[in-house]
Amino acid sequence: MRGDSVIKINQFAIKLATVNGTGSASANALLMQAIFRMGIPVSGKNVFPSNIQGLPTWYEIRVDREEYTARAQEFDMMVAMNPESYGRDVAEVRPGGYLVYDSSWPLDPALARDDITFLGTPLAQMCIEHFEGARERVLMKNIAYVGVLAALVELDLDVVDAMLRERFGTKEHLMESNLRAIRLGFEFAREHFDCPLPIRLEKMDATQDSIMIDGNTAAALGCLYAGATVGAWYPITPATSLMDAFLHFCRRYREDAESGERRYCVVQAEDELAAAGVAIGAGWMGARAFTPTSGPGISLMSEFIGLAYYTEIPAVFFDIQRTGPSTGMPTRTQQADLLSVAYASHGDTKHIALFPANPHECFELTVQAFDLADRYQTPVFVVSDLDIGMNDWMCERLEWSDDYRPDRGKILSAEELEELDVFYRYVDADGDGVCARTLPGTHPKGAYFARGSGHDRYGRYTEDAKQYVDVVDRLTRKFANAAENLPAPIVELAPDSSLGVITLGSCDAAVREGVDQLARDGIAASLLRIRSFPFSAAVKEFLEQHDQLIVVEMNRDAQLRRLLVLETGVPQHRMGSIRYYGGSPMTANQVVAGVRRELEGVTA
Amino acid sequence: MTFIAKPAVRHPSLPTNELGLTTRDYEGVMSTLCAGCGHDSVTAAVIQAFFELGIAPHRVAKLSGIGCSSKTPTYFLNQAHGFNAVHGRMPSIAAGANAANRDLIYVGVSGDGDSLSIGLGQLCHAIRRNINMLYIIENNGVYGLTKGQFSASADVGSLSKRGDPNPLAPMDPVALALGMGGTFVARSFSGDKPQLVPILKAGLAHPGFALVDVISPCVTFNDHEGSTKSYLFTRRHYHEALSADFVPAEKEIKAEYAEGGTIDVAVHGGGVIRFRKVPEGYDPTDRDAVTAYLGERHQEGEIVTGLLFVEPESRDYHGLKKTVETPLVDLPYEELCPGSEQLAELMNEFR
Repeated sequence: MRGDSVIKINQFAIKLATVNGTGSASANALLMQAIFRMGIPVSGKNVFPSNIQGLPTWYEIRVDREEYTARAQEFDMMVAMNPESYGRDVAEVRPGGYLVYDSSWPLDPALARDDITFLGTPLAQMCIEHFEGARERVLMKNIAYVGVLAALVELDLDVVDAMLRERFGTKEHLMESNLRAIRLGFEFAREHFDCPLPIRLEKMDATQDSIMIDGNTAAALGCLYAGATVGAWYPITPATSLMDAFLHFCRRYREDAESGERRYCVVQAEDELAAAGVAIGAGWMGARAFTPTSGPGISLMSEFIGLAYYTEIPAVFFDIQRTGPSTGMPTRTQQADLLSVAYASHGDTKHIALFPANPHECFELTVQAFDLADRYQTPVFVVSDLDIGMNDWMCERLEWSDDYRPDRGKILSAEELEELDVFYRYVDADGDGVCARTLPGTHPKGAYFARGSGHDRYGRYTEDAKQYVDVVDRLTRKFANAAENLPAPIVELAPDSSLGVITLGSCDAAVREGVDQLARDGIAASLLRIRSFPFSAAVKEFLEQHDQLIVVEMNRDAQLRRLLVLETGVPQHRMGSIRYYGGSPMTANQVVAGVRRELEGVTA
Repeated sequence: MTFIAKPAVRHPSLPTNELGLTTRDYEGVMSTLCAGCGHDSVTAAVIQAFFELGIAPHRVAKLSGIGCSSKTPTYFLNQAHGFNAVHGRMPSIAAGANAANRDLIYVGVSGDGDSLSIGLGQLCHAIRRNINMLYIIENNGVYGLTKGQFSASADVGSLSKRGDPNPLAPMDPVALALGMGGTFVARSFSGDKPQLVPILKAGLAHPGFALVDVISPCVTFNDHEGSTKSYLFTRRHYHEALSADFVPAEKEIKAEYAEGGTIDVAVHGGGVIRFRKVPEGYDPTDRDAVTAYLGERHQEGEIVTGLLFVEPESRDYHGLKKTVETPLVDLPYEELCPGSEQLAELMNEFR
């Protein structure tokens, strides 16, 4: 045994290297959920290929009693189940860590490391002996390593048993196979290894008020609860699961039990252009409508986005960002659509964008997105990413207030129209840049022509300079007013610190952890997490308050910093930049190292 | 000023429909198209069709894309809500609008450039989805607003205004719709209002996607010698295969056995499409036979017109998707939100 002797309870990370399409996702989910049910804070990151079966895939589980959920910076244990990736998997274990591998076949001596402990378990051999059929043997091999880990880190087997019972219910055969596989692994480990290892689990009570949920599922619930009735989409990773989840919930809550009639309409479009068109058409009619997509989809939708901006039609667009440019790395994360979303489409355009940092915010900001789209009669973007959207995050339970009623904005009823002498669509009666709109079919007086071509405040076609400018200037006022009514930034001021760290979205977890770590090392920094665009006065105030600013984001070109420069006038030289864009979620040590580097740059 | 309102003068002797409205109530603003444009004749036919059916204008949604044809929705039904979408993308706007409010009457006007090139994909998928709408293609074989380039419907050998022959095979919207499973397929001519008006009425009554390809000559860029989309060429090669009337439910004549050469097809939702002068052996509900017939006539150089095919069992997108009868926009919020208790319960499944 070369493992370290320091005991680490509820604070370690395991990486599981498997082959995709072999049931490992199910085994990993079981493992993570069991830890969660032991009351221990846990988070998981799925690192998967753009492929269905046969390629290497990894799952990272971080257990942290202090509730840090950012991606783990090093791995105490590797479960190496894929000979194809053995080389890099062995290399990734921290010195003093552990490697669990399938010892049915001998390990290549070239992989030997003397600073980690190799824990060989003949998983394949055991499964060949105890199970029939190729498929079951492969699946059970992955379940068996859950048993091995249970012994090594003291995972509560009663919790695992209970979960399997929930999962398989009356399917006795499956239940029995899974239990048998887990026992096989468990007993082998107990017999051959020094269990438990110094890295181990111990029951806590820190997850009672939490759930494990991915951001796309939470956003889909947001759509459901906000009262969205029309959804349109073209399948694209990593946004697909949002519509899958919406359909799942609609089947459950929006279908008549007897007649099967559906109180929703989801259109699987021929492409993202059409998906945007469907959402805008439905928004024009007065439905709450949305379309989930990713960067490539936003590129395709751009023409329509400009149309909705100029005709002032509400619709909610989800951009679950993935690694670009072009097709990029479809199963890796990034925050590189910030600029393209903020100003999507040709001509002078600008859009409201919301930036959730976790699934809980995906739910809340989605509901707000529908309200804002209606209130400001414009497309609203919920800008998430693959990490938030597709990984299971531990977060607070989602809650709902039954007092909520959709804010539909200024929509004239038939009665109100009856009272009017005449209705003009783009007259700014209230002086706030937002005009009253009418829904088709309401009243003969409400008719107007929605058009992407030049129009005057009366909704009429125009090529007249003054009439054109009148409308586009009002749009500027509308967005200026909106800025102060969007989800406020999260500001945490460090007393007497002139250092301000700025971030958004899924970087939040790593930035928080990094800032805490820096504080322990005597470097205090204030934190600003931006949650919406256009930026409010609070953002500008934070920029003014701090002499040194550092922007942390996940793209190559410092897009958030550029947006801040463009929109606030704060010069770029006042803002340092930490960028990571390799496709994995950010880690705290990237933040810490980045801040130190920036500070050294200043003092040097 | 490019927006021209029409003077609201009404002749006292103008006939009224069942809503007490005259054709003037179905008009829009003054057309800014070239004098003699086929599209203005189509607009007149649209006005007539809505008037005759007695449809309340504000219950109509009129949509278009971009191009000369797409300007026309402003020239009819002033009290209808209009949507001038981006080039070629009107079908998806219509699909979304219809998804949200199935109770309105939808009419889309497009052109051969808008529907057969940039918007071909959206047109095909609107046909596949059988969106309940009347979809008119004002087909002139040419891009007018950009001054005379061939469109995808230009025939091989048709000459441009400067005398160049078109080398590429044409797209035929009628053949396309038949092949895509279209449930209502017609071709007409802007110069034949007596034929076009009943087709438009039948298309409006049809519960599904009603495609009407209207040869509508461009007087400025494609009405010369050598063009196959000119008034003269169309009149010379025009062949009305059969004529169709739409008989609304209340006026339905109970004739179980139609006279010779007449076929009645009941319309789901009321009324009957009555085909007259039907050629022997022609069945307007037999997709394969109609397709074969059109192919043969095309070989003979005929431009076959009429309501050519109708699917009597047409089920529109909502029928296929089992959407509730109540338009989604009219559902109260309480019927859409599962409420706090359900969410609390659901959260237990995420533990």
